[in-house]
Amino acid sequence: MHVPDGFLDAPTSIATGAVAVVAVGVALRGARRELDDKTAPLAGLVAAFVFATQMLNFPVGAGTSGHLMGGALAAVLVGPWTGVLCVSVVLIVQSLLFADGGITALGTNILLMAVTTVVVGWFVSRVLIKVLPKRVGLVAPAAAIGAFVSVPAAASVFTALYAVGGTADISLTTLATAMLGWHTLIGLGEGVITFLAVGAILAVRPDLVYAARGVIAERDLVIKPRESVA
Amino acid sequence: MTSTATKKRVPFRWVALGIAVVALLLAGVVSYYASANPDGLMHVAGKTGFLDSASEHGTADGPLAGYDTKGVDDARLSGGLAGVIGTVVVLVLAGGLVLLVRRRPTDSSDEA
Repeated sequence: MHVPDGFLDAPTSIATGAVAVVAVGVALRGARRELDDKTAPLAGLVAAFVFATQMLNFPVGAGTSGHLMGGALAAVLVGPWTGVLCVSVVLIVQSLLFADGGITALGTNILLMAVTTVVVGWFVSRVLIKVLPKRVGLVAPAAAIGAFVSVPAAASVFTALYAVGGTADISLTTLATAMLGWHTLIGLGEGVITFLAVGAILAVRPDLVYAARGVIAERDLVIKPRESVA
Repeated sequence: MTSTATKKRVPFRWVALGIAVVALLLAGVVSYYASANPDGLMHVAGKTGFLDSASEHGTADGPLAGYDTKGVDDARLSGGLAGVIGTVVVLVLAGGLVLLVRRRPTDSSDEA
């Protein structure tokens, strides 16, 4: 979903740029609380993994492809603030080094792929983890559903931005329908990849998954009385 | 049960190595087999009729533009090398940023 230069007009691009700067600034502050001995060493690796996985466009039919955005994945693994930072670094490197995503559209792309997918992916996963039974096995499915929802959410934000500052005179209804339809399909891929990646880390070291902390703490509370009896 | 689970747990360096190796393989090798079709946004832009409004990228002549390494003719090698370089650059930048964020003073001492 890397928006190139020219899709959105200058005022909109400046506005999304300002929003992105504020969001990254807030994330820099928020990340201090998240970054501990477990999340800090993992964050760089998560960003690298998101970059690598974003290169893997998967076909979704009719000559179209999609790729992971990674916001939900990063948020679940290292926390939402750190997640915003991780995906932002990926997007900046992609734009400057690989000419993927316009330079004037960098703010737009950070808003879509680093902020929207993290916020929506984290919120949905978090609510599900809280509502579902406290089992480590349910964290990866919750993350997958959050990831799935985050993609059409980002597509909706793009449509809204295009309605405000799109440079071509097109039917917004057609745009909204097409963006939502294709990105719901792409979201399925996002969900599968997120499920596999979160599931793999949970299988070897559940304590490293930021979103699983409440679940693991809950389990410890169940185990403790047994130890005191013995 | 908790203590045995703690004893048996995989050391962090193995997890880190695992993620790094998977990322490098995906970017360096598997990326060659990725779909070359336009992604959702570009496909919609083409169908809806605003693809032409995209202007040329400011760094379109860069040495790694388009995930191809300039001067490397073999497509597999050119893309793979670009992927590996990108993965390492992101790892270093994001890892470095996190170190800087952690080293900054905490909220309480900051505002005191």
